[in-house]
Amino acid sequence: MQDFAQEFKSAAALILAGDPELWAIVLLSLKVSLLAVLIAALIGMPLGAALGVGRFPGRRAVVIVLNALMGLPPVVVGLLVYLMLSRSGPLGVLNLLYTPSAMIVAQVVLVTPIVAALTRQTVETLDAEYSEQLRSLGVSRLASVPTLLWDSRLALLTALLAGFGRAIAEVGAVIMVGGNINHVTRVMTTTIALETSKGNLALALALGTILIGIAVTVTGAVSLLGLNDDRGALKHA
Amino acid sequence: MRETAFPEATQRAAIEVAGLHVAIDGQPLLDVRELVLDGPGPTLILGPNGAGKSLLLRCLHGLIAPDRGTIRQGGVAMGAAHRSCQAMVFQRPVLLRRPVAANLDFVLRRQGLGRAERRQRIAELLAEGGLAGKARQSARSLSGGEAQRLAILRALATGPEILFLDEPTSALDPAATQAIEAMIRRAARRGTRIVMVTHDIGQARRLGHDIVLMQGGCVAEHAPAHVFFEAPRSEAAKRFLAGALVI
Ligand SMILES: Nc1ncnc2c1ncn2[C@@H]1O[C@H](COP(=O)(O)OP(=O)(O)OP(=O)(O)O)[C@@H](O)[C@H]1O
Ligand SMILES: [Mg+2]
Repeated sequence: MQDFAQEFKSAAALILAGDPELWAIVLLSLKVSLLAVLIAALIGMPLGAALGVGRFPGRRAVVIVLNALMGLPPVVVGLLVYLMLSRSGPLGVLNLLYTPSAMIVAQVVLVTPIVAALTRQTVETLDAEYSEQLRSLGVSRLASVPTLLWDSRLALLTALLAGFGRAIAEVGAVIMVGGNINHVTRVMTTTIALETSKGNLALALALGTILIGIAVTVTGAVSLLGLNDDRGALKHA
Repeated sequence: MRETAFPEATQRAAIEVAGLHVAIDGQPLLDVRELVLDGPGPTLILGPNGAGKSLLLRCLHGLIAPDRGTIRQGGVAMGAAHRSCQAMVFQRPVLLRRPVAANLDFVLRRQGLGRAERRQRIAELLAEGGLAGKARQSARSLSGGEAQRLAILRALATGPEILFLDEPTSALDPAATQAIEAMIRRAARRGTRIVMVTHDIGQARRLGHDIVLMQGGCVAEHAPAHVFFEAPRSEAAKRFLAGALVI
């Protein structure tokens, strides 16, 4: 018990003193995950919107696959990205393995289905409500997409936050393709895993505290956004 | 009397329906052999629930393609181009999830109006519809009647040649109903053809130049208002006006 109290104390000291190693790890985590979410948004949102309003043969199958991809096991994603990026893999020439870029790629693969699937669902639901009215106002199917996206922006932001939450908290994939190299590819989750196994609980606890803080903030933001969205919906229910 | 109330009668685009037939999932829902709307004043559509009134409006507005039959506007077969000079207020108003003013701005912007002009139009419209203090409120938080008023204002904002209204005052209090009826009359006087569904027979008497009675997907009677109310020809109209259940 005494030991733990001591570890907590040094963890707090690390955070409060602004330990450079600690903050370098936090910054790299944020950088990797934010970039991954940005790229996932650029791919996933148009894809989701197209699926939400488009009508083409095989659409249902694509939607089912996309929903299934939301639950991809991170370790498998790590393995697949590893195979792609490893020296003998198809993208081996890029020399990305064990770099932050490799971790971004892995997180993009994890997050894009989440963003795309949630966008699809949001846009499709709103389209069901709007489509006849927009048609009446002379807005074509294609031209209605920006309107749908804009009017579901809260839900879309929620989707992005959900994706970010998944990216920042994920260990398996980034440790496989990033390698957890000191000062290069060490992010919060992988450092916590490593330092805990080494018995260096202070750093692990400090990072854990920050990670929880980020996760709670993101979850809080998601539910706040949801609340605001509901307030309008209640009246019309 | 009525003719003098709507002087620019001849400018209104006529709607001609012939052999219109709509079936959904094999179920025939609409069968209108002939319907010509070319009168100088508002056409009011009456009929029991499920008679096909909303369906008919959707067809006339080009939202549903009929299985058979033709719809012409101003002598030209109905196409997507026609919809741009029509507007429709749906039975259940669909408002954008935006502030009240932004719902109007959405249609004004499509007309290519400048910012200052749009602002002024919005203020005028909101004042006309009794929503002046609500410009910034979220449209989805409006009361049922306020939402209906906004939907009507938005339709009027498009400056339509033909305006379809599906029970636009069903949720309005008497004063608001009067205000909306005045707005509809003004639009009619400016040359807009009004085609409106209502369950309020008093309203049909007040507004209607001619009355269409729908029943079971068919037009049971189409007559000038005074004929319809004073001396209905069809058995269905007689029973409908007597308050009997028409099936
Ligand atoms: N998409 C649809 N699929 C199946 N049936 C439909 C569909 N749309 C309308 N109907 C049916 O067509 C009939 C006419 O519907 P419509 O909405 O035109 O009635 P209405 O005259 O407007 O009635 P109300 O006065 O209740 O508004 C109803 O029996 C309705 O159930
Ligand atoms: Mg109806």
